[in-house]
Amino acid sequence: MLTDRPLTDTLDGNTAVAHVAYRVNEVCAIYPITPSSTMAELADEWSAQGLTNIWGNVPVVQEMQSEGGAAGAVHGALQSGALTTTFTASQGLLLMLPNMYKIAGELTATVFHVAARAIATQALSIFGDHNDVMAARPTGFALLSSGSVQEAHDSALIAQAATLEARVPFLHFFDGFRTSHQLDKIEVLSDAQIRAMIRDDLVRAHRARALTPERPVVRGTAHNPDTFFQARETANPYYARVPGIVQSTMDRFAELTGRAYRLFEYAGAPDAERVIVLMGSGAETVRETAAVLQERGERVGVLQVRLYRPFSAEHFLAALPESCRAVAVLEQAKESGAPGEPLYLDVMTTLASAVAAGRRATVPRVVGGRYGLGSKNFNPAQAKAVFDELRKPEPRNGFTVGIDDDVSHTSLTSDPDFTIEREDVVRALFYGLGADGTVGANKNSVKILAEDEGMYAQGYFVYDSHKSGAQTISHLRFGRQPIRAPYLLESANFIACHQAAFLERMDVLRLAVEGGTFLLNTPHGPDEIWDRLPRPVQERIVEKKLRFFVIDATKVATDAGLGGRINTVLQTCFFAIAGVLPRDEAIARIKGAIEKSYSGKGAHVVRKNFEAVDNTLARLYEVRVPAEATSIVELTPVVPRFAPEFVQLVTARMMEGRGDELRVSQLPIDGTWPPGTAAFEKRNVSDIVAVWDPELCVQCGQCGFACPHSVIRAKYYDEDALGGAPAGYKSAPVNARGYPGVRFSLEVYGEDCTGCGICVEVCPVHSPRDPGVKAINLGPKAPMLDASRESIAFFESLPMNDRSRVDFATVRGVQFLEPLFEFSGACAGCGETPYLKVLSQLFGDRLQIANATGCSSIYGGNLPVTPWTVNGEGRGPAWSNSLFEDNAEFGLGFRLAADKHLELAATLLRRLAPDVGDELANAILDAPQERESELRAQRARVDLLKQKLAAMDGEAAHDLLSVADHLVRRSIWIVGGDGWAYDIGYGGLDHVLSTGRDVNVLVLDTEVYSNTGGQASKATPLGAVAKFAAAGKRTARKDLALQAIAYGNVYVAQVAMGANPQQTLLAFREAEAYPGPSLILAYSTCIAHGFDLRYGMQQQDLAAASGYWPLFRFNPVMRTVGERPFLLDSPRPTVSLEKYAYNELRYRSLANTDPDAAKELLAAAQQAVTEKYRQYEELASRGGERFHPETAPVGAAALMN
Amino acid sequence: MDLTTSYMGLALRNPLIASASPLNGDIDNLRALEDHGAGAVVLPSIFEEQIVAEQREVEARTRVAATGFAEAQSYFPAPDDHGFGAERYLEIVRRAKEAVGIPVIASLNCTTPAGWADYARAIEQAGADAIELNVYFIPADLTMTGDDVERRYVDVLRVVKTATAVPVAVKLGPYFSAMGDMARQLTNAGAGALVLFNRFYQPDIDVATLRLSMEVELSTPAEMRLPLLWIAILHGRVPVSLAASTGVHSADDVFKYLLAGADTVMTTSALLRHGVGHMRTLVDGLTALLAAREIGSLGEIRGRMSQREMRDPTAFERANYINMLQGYHAGRAV
Repeated sequence: MLTDRPLTDTLDGNTAVAHVAYRVNEVCAIYPITPSSTMAELADEWSAQGLTNIWGNVPVVQEMQSEGGAAGAVHGALQSGALTTTFTASQGLLLMLPNMYKIAGELTATVFHVAARAIATQALSIFGDHNDVMAARPTGFALLSSGSVQEAHDSALIAQAATLEARVPFLHFFDGFRTSHQLDKIEVLSDAQIRAMIRDDLVRAHRARALTPERPVVRGTAHNPDTFFQARETANPYYARVPGIVQSTMDRFAELTGRAYRLFEYAGAPDAERVIVLMGSGAETVRETAAVLQERGERVGVLQVRLYRPFSAEHFLAALPESCRAVAVLEQAKESGAPGEPLYLDVMTTLASAVAAGRRATVPRVVGGRYGLGSKNFNPAQAKAVFDELRKPEPRNGFTVGIDDDVSHTSLTSDPDFTIEREDVVRALFYGLGADGTVGANKNSVKILAEDEGMYAQGYFVYDSHKSGAQTISHLRFGRQPIRAPYLLESANFIACHQAAFLERMDVLRLAVEGGTFLLNTPHGPDEIWDRLPRPVQERIVEKKLRFFVIDATKVATDAGLGGRINTVLQTCFFAIAGVLPRDEAIARIKGAIEKSYSGKGAHVVRKNFEAVDNTLARLYEVRVPAEATSIVELTPVVPRFAPEFVQLVTARMMEGRGDELRVSQLPIDGTWPPGTAAFEKRNVSDIVAVWDPELCVQCGQCGFACPHSVIRAKYYDEDALGGAPAGYKSAPVNARGYPGVRFSLEVYGEDCTGCGICVEVCPVHSPRDPGVKAINLGPKAPMLDASRESIAFFESLPMNDRSRVDFATVRGVQFLEPLFEFSGACAGCGETPYLKVLSQLFGDRLQIANATGCSSIYGGNLPVTPWTVNGEGRGPAWSNSLFEDNAEFGLGFRLAADKHLELAATLLRRLAPDVGDELANAILDAPQERESELRAQRARVDLLKQKLAAMDGEAAHDLLSVADHLVRRSIWIVGGDGWAYDIGYGGLDHVLSTGRDVNVLVLDTEVYSNTGGQASKATPLGAVAKFAAAGKRTARKDLALQAIAYGNVYVAQVAMGANPQQTLLAFREAEAYPGPSLILAYSTCIAHGFDLRYGMQQQDLAAASGYWPLFRFNPVMRTVGERPFLLDSPRPTVSLEKYAYNELRYRSLANTDPDAAKELLAAAQQAVTEKYRQYEELASRGGERFHPETAPVGAAALMN
Repeated sequence: MDLTTSYMGLALRNPLIASASPLNGDIDNLRALEDHGAGAVVLPSIFEEQIVAEQREVEARTRVAATGFAEAQSYFPAPDDHGFGAERYLEIVRRAKEAVGIPVIASLNCTTPAGWADYARAIEQAGADAIELNVYFIPADLTMTGDDVERRYVDVLRVVKTATAVPVAVKLGPYFSAMGDMARQLTNAGAGALVLFNRFYQPDIDVATLRLSMEVELSTPAEMRLPLLWIAILHGRVPVSLAASTGVHSADDVFKYLLAGADTVMTTSALLRHGVGHMRTLVDGLTALLAAREIGSLGEIRGRMSQREMRDPTAFERANYINMLQGYHAGRAV
């Protein structure tokens, strides 16, 4: 239990804050959002475990449908007298703003803990800056800033104590990722210390202010102009008292803990001339930099702002040295169009007012600057650049640091060689893959080593944006002094590369210090590795005189019976050679940790791990480094030479981890990026890839249909085309009747394949000789890589199959449609992406997508590359992400605009018919546009129209040209996950469905918030364990389909590709053709379900077979032809729910940890499934007259029909 | 009617034991079995291999897969091991002991000597009254000799006996060249009981898919002949309890095993087929059989038909085999 923690522990900022917040509250209303989710998750887990707060009771933790909902629940709980908190960030905080005004207006004590994060503007960023917090300035919340994990831990308590006394609510914030995710050794507050800080009389006073029928009052009235203003001013004295209360609380805290804080903390020369003012973790960097500069004789200092609101001019002036001549106010925020960022304005106003009032003799020169937006690394060189700027007679105002702004020329240049890394600190850098456990092992190492009294450690982890094959870079520092360096390593004594392939595409050793240590995980031994290294790597090793070690971690781990887990092996290597501790002591420490972790699993498990450690040490070899580089192997180009210029200059730099070097002028001005760049990123994440066997293949198309990464493509072509084929090119006669001389080829894009194996599992063919062999199998990639590249080049040279000749109704036919969604970074085996690929195949060239924030917006639009692409005509899906909560409305906006412009186009076309030709005009206006051949014909007509219009003069012709594209029926899709559709976006979705407009909604239903790590949504099934439902979900999933069916004019389908791909296809096409709103719920297997996604399609099949996920379609059109509108497409359940559910960890977890509850919930879930199926059967038996009547089409549907 | 019996020192109210099966992993079923008269229960086996595989699977599904993405540090709430591992089985032992008053025997199947010892110790600490070693082992290594195989059984037993103080039964397969000697070796190594026999699940081939079919076939009464033979031979000749297992579907079957010399009679297939209430049918049936013959205690009949007690001891040996076959053919010809 946490209460038994030692006095020190190694925690990240989120945990450090949650530790306190949980203990001093009675209610937590939560909702997941990066980077704050961990705080809410911990609160939920602790509550499920029965951990008590300082009053001995277990806080109530309630997940809400959005941050807006969380804030409302917080408000209500506060008004009812409970000590209540919440955790959030970014857009989440914005959704809380209305309630925050109310909570503050009612002088209600609470603390919101915020892991500060960027606000989505030209793009979303999950990373840290202060723009969210700045948006909360006017709410009336006090804003308390923390600059480190320790501070965040302490301030969480200081804020709680202060709010109870002040009655002013507090927003306590710390830097997203840099503090929230940084591991640091801190002194942990004991429950007794926490208890001593919280006054029970104030808690009871808080309760006494609650609404109660025993002493009824009315709160939340509406004022008229006569009194609103005066009432608004009543609270001023409370705000005036806040600074004094916070400082006295800090003083009381210092007495209890020995850790002292000031509202404005000054550090540096007492006679400083130049001072930087800032908040957050950057203050620590500036403080350390200033100390070094001070040692060099510079009169510099830093003023860290802790209590930002209410801003105490008095305390600020007292803290700023009188000697100060120049001030730079640094902000991790941007307010376009303002005379300066908010803190700058506050500082200016304070100083100017002080001089005007005679409280200060002169106003120093004050300039403002921006740094660190979206977690841009802020290092000592940048801090020094700002100090240097202040030395100039005319320091720049509105400057930036950390970027090269060659457009507005705001940026200060920092000296790349300036560093203050301490030599007595061991700096270790690890390059690994997400899947190889590097980050987990490093977190473990930090904790193990920091347990040593007198040893301090810091861990920070950088991830790329892919969910499969993601690269991780771990930055670790170890030393005998507390580590105050909240920035990436600037140099490293130890560099480990856990994936040798990285050496071929990036400069892994750039940060190595001379004489440092380099560890490489490679199958090649110490005598053979040197000649296999790329030349630049050899040069680095020689030039920096590195000690070079190799280990074959995979082999050692396999031999040791660790099942190929290389993390333990590589962790041992680090302990042995990094020099944090003497080798023997380090090894003893790792064994001690193993014993602690595994003793519960039996002595033999401990022994096995000990053996692994010993074997690792025996097989860790130092390589004799020659005097000079000899290799002829060069680094692989990041992108092919034929890639477009933008990709070469911009995308490629981001791909190789050098995006920081890009200049402002190189980036798009409004967030508009070219599509299709994922094709240039050959990530090679898997050593085993799909291999096609043309002899066995029946050309059914199932493998390509189910492939989550669009790496399996098919074409048919005339056999004459094979004339130019490379040797060994795979081809087979097409196996359809009536096509003599036509060949079929299936191409596998091996470098993009993740090796998930779904294709193998869905392939219906078994070799008659060896049933283990199918028509598509996984095989090693390396031996066939060159041939594969040639094969792909030839395949791409074959003509694309004519869409109007392809059978859209069958899986077999659809394989010949070009996917316009390809090679995304989604998880290997993702259950969502096959649906998107099919969407792009069916309607891609006229598709416009509104995509809710979540997994699909991350693998769909997280740079550096974009998987949504274009066809040979340059057409393809137009894709955009607005927010999480507004996606249905965003998509409806697409429709409204499209309808309006179609109306305009039709009107103008009628008017210009005599000019463009009546026949053409009428043909366009009357054209049917359902079949692909009809659409192709309409495109041709519209192209002709556009040619004519381009040659015409006149406003009407120009106007028509600007909207003529709408004359081709546009397919508007609203795509998102269940977190959006069932929870945060549900109100909007419901409204959009009610409008009757022709939009198509695709819900990629993973039944959890997948992107933020598996928190429960209202789609999470009964009995499943998820974050925020740690004890198993107690309610059944919402039947969104039935709710939509109730409208009567909404097409609704429930599909599971793995259960019936043909039905999926049918539903997509029917939904698209339906001239009103459509909703498709698509069962999407997910990493958060906890099973091997290779069997994703089989699991989908079981979901349908058990009746858990029945397949059906509700088509209002059927009424008009006298048919039953509700069609149940899957048979009565043939297997039990248990047979499906217990393949997944989310269900089995509870069966293990709480078998009684699991049994009870499984029985209830089975009953719910049985009853639900009966209900659907009844619906299927109803005639059309027994459903809500259909209404007339709205918008485009009405215009064109 | 005195149905009590002693099984490796444990006092049982009757000789009927519900042997290891998935049914017995459910505490409600254990309670029902006790209510329906079972003399003891054997819990489902702890499989070391399964524990290790599950732990690896959980690791693959949770921690390892989850540490590569900034927004998701994990995909599941704590605990990290999701209850997989030995603890889940040990919890069943603890809960079983709390739930029922009859003896609870835990079954163990390991792959390493250290595993046998560690898990046996843990089972004892969890409160099991005895341990049954489920040495499920197919000597597919063609260089392995009969001696090697026998030594493996004996070594496992020794390891477990050294690690624990509770009585230990060994569940055996029938495929030993010299079952009698094997029984003696195990007895000398400290076995408290021999369970005859383990039914090794034997794969079939599905000719449609050309795959192995691993479906479990429940036992039939016809299969009880082999254990019956060996119980009859061993009864009274090795100082160890004998438990009969395989083919027990009716009270007649129980009666036969007792006559052959079994101290206890185990059943699984009949319970899986008919439900746990079938235990009551067996107990009542046995009581009725004994009452009809005016037998007051099991001691009066145990081993009455064993080889030692038979007037013609060769009846259990080869000569009789020839007669049986001849009789069978004669019967079919009619």
